[in-house]
Amino acid sequence: MALLEIRNVTRRYGDLAAVCDVSLDVEQGEFFTLLGPSGCGKTTLLRMIAGFEAPDAGRILLDGKDLAGTPPEQRPVHTVFQSYALFPHMTVAQNIAFPLRMAGRPTEEISRRVGETLELVHLGDKAHQYPHELSGGQKQRVALARGLVNRPRLLLLDEPLGALDAKLREEMQLELIKLQKEVGVTFVFVTHAQAEALALSHRIAVLRDGRVEQMDEPSRIYGFPKNRFVADFIGSINLLDAEVIEAASGHLRLSVAGLGEVIAPHAAAAGAGLRGAFAIRPEQVRISPHTEAPQLKNHFTGRVSSFLYIGDVTTYIVETAGGARIEALLPNSAPGRAQFFETGDAVAVSWRHDAGAWLGE
Amino acid sequence: MSDEAHTTAASRLTRRLVSGPPFLFLLVFFVLPGLIMVAASFRYPGEFGGLAPLSAGRPGEEAGLTIENYRVFFGDWIYAEIFAKSFGVAALTALICLVMAYPVALAIARSPRQRRDFLTLLVILPFASNFLVRIYAWMIILGPLDLLFSRTAVVIGMVYVHLPFMILPLYTNLEKHDPVLLDAAQDLGAGAWQRFWRVTFPLSLPGIFAGSALVFIPVLGMFAIPEILGGKDDWLVGNLIKESFLGTRDWPFGSMLSIMLTLAVLAVAGFSAWLARRGGGRA
Repeated sequence: MALLEIRNVTRRYGDLAAVCDVSLDVEQGEFFTLLGPSGCGKTTLLRMIAGFEAPDAGRILLDGKDLAGTPPEQRPVHTVFQSYALFPHMTVAQNIAFPLRMAGRPTEEISRRVGETLELVHLGDKAHQYPHELSGGQKQRVALARGLVNRPRLLLLDEPLGALDAKLREEMQLELIKLQKEVGVTFVFVTHAQAEALALSHRIAVLRDGRVEQMDEPSRIYGFPKNRFVADFIGSINLLDAEVIEAASGHLRLSVAGLGEVIAPHAAAAGAGLRGAFAIRPEQVRISPHTEAPQLKNHFTGRVSSFLYIGDVTTYIVETAGGARIEALLPNSAPGRAQFFETGDAVAVSWRHDAGAWLGE
Repeated sequence: MSDEAHTTAASRLTRRLVSGPPFLFLLVFFVLPGLIMVAASFRYPGEFGGLAPLSAGRPGEEAGLTIENYRVFFGDWIYAEIFAKSFGVAALTALICLVMAYPVALAIARSPRQRRDFLTLLVILPFASNFLVRIYAWMIILGPLDLLFSRTAVVIGMVYVHLPFMILPLYTNLEKHDPVLLDAAQDLGAGAWQRFWRVTFPLSLPGIFAGSALVFIPVLGMFAIPEILGGKDDWLVGNLIKESFLGTRDWPFGSMLSIMLTLAVLAVAGFSAWLARRGGGRA
């Protein structure tokens, strides 16, 4: 039995279904992420798990027990809010002690556990400071400590890293993973940042318009997106309109707009004549000088129309002879060379026949 | 250099131009009269009101400086009693106002945003009709209830008049509270009472102090309400001061009473500011 079971949950606001017939299981000890663009229903779902909103239909079970009718203050579920929601009139230690005091724990236990938790988030020296005296990252840690101190069955995190700058966010990501492993509490994490979701989660549910589009491990979501939306939302990807010419047992022959014939891996849903999209990640596309002899079957010539030098990699946009725009990544691994191609250079893009995927409409 | 120096000089000039007039106004109409009153409190009363001359005029008339007024004040328990009574009425009024105003302010602060202005307007609407008319109206209400000319009637009148001064600062404070703090408290296990007592109330302390000062201080100086609704025993400091100036025409004595009242109010304000800094200053 899963720790958290969400069974056909629907929540409507007027005519709009913010969450529509969602079912998912979260296992004990898991780092589970609800990922989607704003308005996809992820926060509504989180608020229903916390108890601030009630589903219009469906059931939410924790440890097999239906949570309907249990108010938020009685659920063994705590939330880390996006704005942290630290109590401004309490010190760091008082903030962290709050859930323990509400639970009526004895004084010695409270001070012991507040001390332990402060150490856990490396804030031992900040116990008697007030929230307004802390930096963003420190506030974040206090909010985490406050959510974890009473050992909830489930910790909900509502875009907790959204307010931090990029460098700090990366640090906190590593710390979150470490923290979750140490305390063993199940995390349900909500974010619209796909890179964050990929880096942190054991499993991800991609949501759109209140529905689950795909639910899987990060590498499978990234490597095998189920449809155009997931492919486009997770990472960057080349998406080109395509029609199936032939669906053979081992591979597909596609007619791709702007390219012509492309060999792609077999897809169960594909049948001759079906329309859809061909998707391939930029890092799977090889860019080479046009003078080099073709080595792969999927080989197309074109010109560099623009490029972005990012540091570790350079992103090239290549316009093929047929008019397709293909994005290709070239790692800058060779020392002393900032770039290989200039805008306007004649080049070729190519990829293996087992790379990329055909996605149905 | 000149550009930067120019801007600083210009901003300094602007600051002086803006803060100058109010500063001058306070100097001329507040500090100076205050000093005049301090000086007056050490003089003798004139024969027909006003002040006696500083140098001896007609024989038998008192002239010069004296600490007689302060001697009278500290020499008779009656004044301390009236001060204590006044502070008691002021404190009771502030407390009753607080208890009555808090639910009102909370209700306004938690009502839909577009309705708040209208509700605030309702709170200040009584100011639209004349103060004395409203107090006389209370005579008509309290008379048949057999409460007229009593301490109770005075407190009722005081509370009625000063309630908006408690509601408004409280509302201004409560309206600024981030509602997510209550969500957080509930999420972390706090029931409705705990959410109020541990979050809303401590965060509203600055509003409570501001409202209490705005009620407490005017009540101390109020003379119309005790005069109309109270009996002869319900005189407060305000009545005493008014009577000194307009009744017995003893300006120096009235000045001395005003100064003692100002000092007492400053002491209370200082204490309340100290409490606010210690308690809820971090909201």
